[in-house]
Amino acid sequence: MSNSIIKPQKGISRRSVLQGMGAAAGTGLALQAMPGFVRYSQAATSEPVKIGLQLHRTGIGASYGRWYERVTAAAVKVINDGGGINGRPVEVIVEDDGTDPKRGAEVVEKFATQHKVDVAYGTLFSHVVIGSAPRAGELKLPYVVVSEGHHVASGKLNRYVFQPGITDVRSQVIAMAPWISKNLGKKVTMIFPDFAFGHDHRDYFSEAIKAQGGQVAGLIAIPPTESSFTRYLPQISSDTEVLYHVMVGPAVLTFVKELGQFFGSSRPQIFGFIDSLEAVDLATPQLEFLEDTYFWEGNPRYAQKDQTEYDKFYREMVGVDANGASTSDQKDISTYSHMFGCWESLFAIKQAMEASGYEGQTPKDKQGFIEAMEAIQKFDEGREHPQGDKIFNGKNHQCYGHQNISKVTGGRLEVVHRTAIEDGLYEVSADYTTMSL
Amino acid sequence: MTAPSFTKAAGLHLLVIMSLFVLQFVLPAYHHLAITRIMVLAVFAMGYNLLFGYAGLLSLGHALFFAAGLYGAGLTAYHLGWSVPAAFVAGTGSGFLASLLIGLISLRTSGVAFMIVTMMFAQVSYLASLYFTTYTRGDEGLVMPQAARRFELFGANFDLTDPTVRYNIALALLTLTTVVIFAIVRGTTGRTLVAIRENEPRTLMLGYDTFRIKLKALVISGTLSAMAGSAYALLFAYVGSSFASIQYSIDALLFTLLGGAGTVLGPLLGTFAMFYMIDIASEYTAAYLLITGLALIALVLFFPKGIVGTIRERWVSWLP
Repeated sequence: MSNSIIKPQKGISRRSVLQGMGAAAGTGLALQAMPGFVRYSQAATSEPVKIGLQLHRTGIGASYGRWYERVTAAAVKVINDGGGINGRPVEVIVEDDGTDPKRGAEVVEKFATQHKVDVAYGTLFSHVVIGSAPRAGELKLPYVVVSEGHHVASGKLNRYVFQPGITDVRSQVIAMAPWISKNLGKKVTMIFPDFAFGHDHRDYFSEAIKAQGGQVAGLIAIPPTESSFTRYLPQISSDTEVLYHVMVGPAVLTFVKELGQFFGSSRPQIFGFIDSLEAVDLATPQLEFLEDTYFWEGNPRYAQKDQTEYDKFYREMVGVDANGASTSDQKDISTYSHMFGCWESLFAIKQAMEASGYEGQTPKDKQGFIEAMEAIQKFDEGREHPQGDKIFNGKNHQCYGHQNISKVTGGRLEVVHRTAIEDGLYEVSADYTTMSL
Repeated sequence: MTAPSFTKAAGLHLLVIMSLFVLQFVLPAYHHLAITRIMVLAVFAMGYNLLFGYAGLLSLGHALFFAAGLYGAGLTAYHLGWSVPAAFVAGTGSGFLASLLIGLISLRTSGVAFMIVTMMFAQVSYLASLYFTTYTRGDEGLVMPQAARRFELFGANFDLTDPTVRYNIALALLTLTTVVIFAIVRGTTGRTLVAIRENEPRTLMLGYDTFRIKLKALVISGTLSAMAGSAYALLFAYVGSSFASIQYSIDALLFTLLGGAGTVLGPLLGTFAMFYMIDIASEYTAAYLLITGLALIALVLFFPKGIVGTIRERWVSWLP
């Protein structure tokens, strides 16, 4: 759906207005209603800052997309209630990419040339990011992605692409390997999807576990078209100490259930990426066997005992309860582990625009925005960054932060270890700043 | 086709090409970019139509040929650093070889079996593109390097990041494809293909080597599809396995059905209509594919010959 402007109370509707904010550009009506009224009127222009949300509204990324949209709506409301960006309200225009790289590139073109947005943002699936990024670079459109793949950090894209709101897979797996090796075991069998995202896990986690003196007992790659996994599970060797799983896509629930049926009452230690169960209720029948297994979480789904005031605020604004479900529908489980990246990315955009004094879409303003984003070195934990503090590398356009290891206890995910930022650092070889603007 | 009708038909196709050339000077930026993509995909659909529309061979494996071009051009440019023209030739050549090989095998079947065999070959190529991740990065895909974005030909420099250059390259490929298809369907081969489509045993009985003629059609069709794939990789800088998935075989079929199978301009019009149907419908609802599906059902029910096919049937009988 295009031409959509975020409207928090009712989600997204076409050509609707964010709390009356989008209409501020023309009508002035919203200006009378919002706290940012004075600041908007003092800005050099009251034209909204246009952010294009490239959304997986349909296709295999739709469950993530639904929540990426809600988080965006909530973050934009907070930004606009606080006076917008440089005194200008934020307007979000949504286009569905169908989780398809071809359509993704078309959407980027539409953002740049038809909607004329200031920034495109939001994409999750790696193939859509990589299919779209060349066009963003060629059209000189800043493109802020909320993916996890190593593509931004590796330097394979271009200077206009940033990932300031969520860590990359490489950083995630190397941060957790020491804890897994020390607490769960050193002989690991990995089950992963047989495509690029899974291969990043395979390569970087294998490397990291070996660095800890561990070994990979088996690599079980699941073809992407697979819908049943029973024939792969016997490949797990009996001397496996830790089973590492990461699965994505529509068949994840089947995978986890079949894993339980295969092991019965006897199993090795199990460590999974929450991707295998993102947006899935832990209380789903047949998932009981996950009790006492471990998961990686980018952001803990269940409110913890030591919940920060920032997480509390973020949950409330996004409409997620203490169990990670929608406050309006207990069956609607959020993609809590990933979706904070949208919230934090929007505040990173705001920070860079304010630092550069961004006023409009002149080449000078855009250049200033890119350089200001590259100049960011850290994000402090706070309302803008509820998942925790992060450091940002301006050379490879990638942030680095904390990871959470959670244990399934009484049907909840309880955080048992939080990694330090340093645990996820690796030698960076990419340098986008050497590319021309 | 008589001489006057030839003149009319040739004039119409020339007019379409000239209109597309002129359009670039008046189109808003977004539509300029959109039509560039449409023209590249239309080359794919026109190639598909030669086999499906004229020879009556329903292939569900044409994404393989598009992907052969995509990867043939993309991998040589990415890993071997080949120049744009060399990579383009490599991609198109890959499609030629793939279609020749697959044609020799799959044309031993017909009807539903042909459809299934071609689909299976395409599925193998799709999974192969995922399997060899080291080279292809599978579903994630590859971004073409800067060297593959510029080239020199006959002393002139071309920058593929320039929308005007890209538009005119796409137009040149579309023109070439139109000329090739037009010449084929007006010539003996085209007539024979239609004869095979209508009654293959009878055509065989008349002394034609139908296997050879079908193979020729499949190779030309596959090579044109690969040419579109090569162009896509180089013009839009991305190579990924989703283009080898069955969805893209079906896309070519739908473009053709919508525009009119067995007409030269039908696939171009079908690609254009499908692109904008999705683009506009998605502005109103997330269920835009439902709208597209309903439109296709209505088409099959009321205009089974597609847009151009219906026009030809009812009003303009000289359309090739």
